[in-house]
Amino acid sequence: MISYVWLSLIVFSFIAAIINGTFYELSASIISSGTDAVQLCIKLLGMLCLWSGLMNIAEKSGLTNLISKLFSPLFSLLFPRLKNNKHIMGPVSMNITANLLGLGNAATPLGIEAMKRMKEVSPLDRTASNEMIRFVVLNTAAIHIFPTTVAVLRQSYGSANPFDIVIPAWISSMVTLSCGLLMTRLLERERWKR
Amino acid sequence: MEKISNLILPVIVVVIVVFGAVKKINVFDCFIEGAKKGLVTFTNILPVLTALIVAVGMMRGSGGLDLITKIFSPIAKLLGIPIQVLPLCIISPISGSGSIAVFEDILRNYGPDSIAGRVASVIAGSSETTLYTTTVYYGSVGITRTRHTIPSALIADLVNFVISSLIVKITFA
Repeated sequence: MISYVWLSLIVFSFIAAIINGTFYELSASIISSGTDAVQLCIKLLGMLCLWSGLMNIAEKSGLTNLISKLFSPLFSLLFPRLKNNKHIMGPVSMNITANLLGLGNAATPLGIEAMKRMKEVSPLDRTASNEMIRFVVLNTAAIHIFPTTVAVLRQSYGSANPFDIVIPAWISSMVTLSCGLLMTRLLERERWKR
Repeated sequence: MEKISNLILPVIVVVIVVFGAVKKINVFDCFIEGAKKGLVTFTNILPVLTALIVAVGMMRGSGGLDLITKIFSPIAKLLGIPIQVLPLCIISPISGSGSIAVFEDILRNYGPDSIAGRVASVIAGSSETTLYTTTVYYGSVGITRTRHTIPSALIADLVNFVISSLIVKITFA
């Protein structure tokens, strides 16, 4: 997928340069982009290490587990059919917690585990069950307690207050999440009971 | 609100470190061990970001980005999304690294405290890569019929763009 996107961006740029006669600008941007990429990564590196370090402490000390336990009643509300199934709800709440803390690398394997366990109880073979759909949608609209990358980049471009978008981002993701879940509810018509 | 925002990060840092110490963990060593993983992530994302930043840079340099923005601007106006943020809306469901590349481009060109910069920040801080997540999760369990997953997630993304624009206008205008 991303391969096609990349290809089309490059080809489209070339076509646009023919239309606009902007080959000088195009050449200049190709040369400067390599440096830009390295500079961007350097900017992110510090926070990346800091955050990974902190989250390692959170994981080893059991804080992540604790948060996941605190939130699990809330997650049970979202999956009424699975709420008594600890085998499934375990990875589900760990996955959501990891997302909340911005631990993308930890969240993905937990999410996959949750999907596998949901599939075990689903009567459908290659078709997604309602629970799976709700879970995936939940993952595509994750709330981050602290959007680190955003804050770092804002600061590096001289924002007066790089953190002032954190609360608006929470509100926005909560509304988004509710809409996503509402959509899954509305489109659920097709029952999978059989 | 600004005061609360400034509190979030320090509180997170203190809670994590103190909780670790209470649980008798060598917090310093543990931090170092984790920070090394950050370095691994760095080497993983550098090549990807290079590829995408070159593509985004080419789009901007050639004027292709302006062309796309012009095409979609009537829809954006209708939904109240600043047109400068449109490229981010287009790429964010597809690629996480692509979003970072476009997000940086917006901050550089319009500034982080402009309306466009703030809307882009809120969007970047509140969305995940829909198509990537869907592919990985369903792919891992061999599910091909995803029913209403993608429509639901994409509608949620669209709502996110609209709400983010609205919130920024209310909070910072």
